Amino acid sequence: MSIATRSLPRTIGAHAILLTYTAIALFPVVLVIMNSFKSRAGIFGAPLTPPTPKTFDLIGYTTVIGQGDFIHYFQNSLVVTVGSLFFVLLFGAMAAFALSEYRFRGNTLMGLYLALGIMIPIRLATVAILQLMVASGLVNTLTALILVYTAQGLPLAVFILSEFMKQVSDDLKNAGRIDGLSEYTIFFRLVVPLVRPSMATVAVFTMIPIWNDLWFPLILAPSEETKTVTLGAQLFLGQFVTNWNAILAALSLAILPVLILYVIFSRQLIRGITSGAVK
Amino acid sequence: MAAQTRPKRPFRWHIAVFLAPAVLVYTAIMILPLAGTLQLSLFRNVDQSQIFVGLDNFRTLFGDPNWSVNFWNALRNNVWFFIIHMLVQNPVGVLLAALLSSPKLRFSAFYRTAIFVPTILSFVIVGFAWKLILSPLWGVAPHLLDFVGLKSLFTPWLGKEQYALTALSLVSVWQFIGIPMMLIYAALLSIPEEVIEAAECDGITGLSQFWKIKLPLILPSIGIISILTFVGNFNAFDLIYTAQGALAGPNYSTDILGTFLYRAFFGFQLQVGDPNMGATIATIMFLIILGGVCVYLFLIQTRLRRYQF
Repeated sequence: MSIATRSLPRTIGAHAILLTYTAIALFPVVLVIMNSFKSRAGIFGAPLTPPTPKTFDLIGYTTVIGQGDFIHYFQNSLVVTVGSLFFVLLFGAMAAFALSEYRFRGNTLMGLYLALGIMIPIRLATVAILQLMVASGLVNTLTALILVYTAQGLPLAVFILSEFMKQVSDDLKNAGRIDGLSEYTIFFRLVVPLVRPSMATVAVFTMIPIWNDLWFPLILAPSEETKTVTLGAQLFLGQFVTNWNAILAALSLAILPVLILYVIFSRQLIRGITSGAVK
Repeated sequence: MAAQTRPKRPFRWHIAVFLAPAVLVYTAIMILPLAGTLQLSLFRNVDQSQIFVGLDNFRTLFGDPNWSVNFWNALRNNVWFFIIHMLVQNPVGVLLAALLSSPKLRFSAFYRTAIFVPTILSFVIVGFAWKLILSPLWGVAPHLLDFVGLKSLFTPWLGKEQYALTALSLVSVWQFIGIPMMLIYAALLSIPEEVIEAAECDGITGLSQFWKIKLPLILPSIGIISILTFVGNFNAFDLIYTAQGALAGPNYSTDILGTFLYRAFFGFQLQVGDPNMGATIATIMFLIILGGVCVYLFLIQTRLRRYQF
């Protein structure tokens, strides 16, 4: 680090650019949340000011909570996300362990086969997936979504986890074998606890696209009982095009849980990207 | 390990047990349907039965005016969508990452977290929020332009055929800029201190250091970002659907392959859904993405020098 890279104008310039971009990134989010607490007159009269006692109004929120079945949609999203996450992590870790621990014929081929799904999006298979779900009677069930998301999440999970499992010391596993532990016990009791941080990273990566997906809920599970938050919000927003209070409140309700989760997990996520992605 | 070099050994069931669940789910829900979709594109439904028609569906898609006008339009729009991403998202992402990675920058964790926020939001939120902001009814966008004295530039961008696609591409760039930023940031952090110090001893600092030393070292990451952007863009659907609906208005000006696939497969308004044509479009998308991935793997990745430290 020479003095040149630390010079004052350069630092100020860097901060100016970064601050500007931060403002651009956060502005729409702040704007939506801010205006969701205002009356209609406040929303249109002064969109850029925070709510004042005069314009403060919760009418949007009461409409949304009264009209939409958001609690139910929320539960559906939660079931789908947690369910898929569980299977992605369990199956993904098992497969990653098999690929990284044992040498057997077809190992590389199997790895490549599973890696195919990282680049080829599962969405392209939709036509036949829908036929499959219709044939097996799974249309409009959350099971269909969990199955699809499990298949979608597995390739990346296997890829990342097997990188990390290669780093688990062989001596430890062999010590376990000498003590007479079965391969299953070695996996569940020795290896899984050691790769838990990387499993958390995979969990965050897997979770965001599942929670936010619109395509598969729209196609596989559009019924009232199985709607996810994303689909529910989409339809709700479509119905209330002219009720700006309700739209802004619904958007804020959709943003907040994700934002809170993100603030909690952002270090994990960012560490995950910056450590695993460069390989 | 000694056990593995022994010539005859019993079948190791645990390997199969470990692999089976993942391979079964992945094969049944992803690979077989993908193959099934590719296969469906070669058939057509005539009198309730599927008849093999060879490449006829593709001929219809490329040549029949009922389909080809929309198809070429969607493909053209999709290419433009991708070009905007490459021209705006990646350079800005590299710039932000370069600034963030400068040593001893204060608040860099805050910037990093904040700039990544749009990436975690769902398309529904992003699409609608921007629709509201750009809406002439609400007046936020003209209001903001007024601050910088450019109010005359405002038009309802999402409602005009010539601007709508570019506007939506920029919204998508806004949403996903966090990904190139993070990946490049990670690559920049992994450049060893000695390389930078050696450059500084030779008097290469500042901008020329970035162009001559750092940029060549992060080229592999830029390659990865480009292919991720390519796959993501040619598979995009959600943003257009939430902001402009399945008809991708105004007058199909924002139609991309994803929305075209959706309409062809499910039908929309007067058009009846056609799984075979849907499968045909999905096959084209598959070939485009596969082509991109192959170009990346065989042409770009092998030529980029990887530096091992």
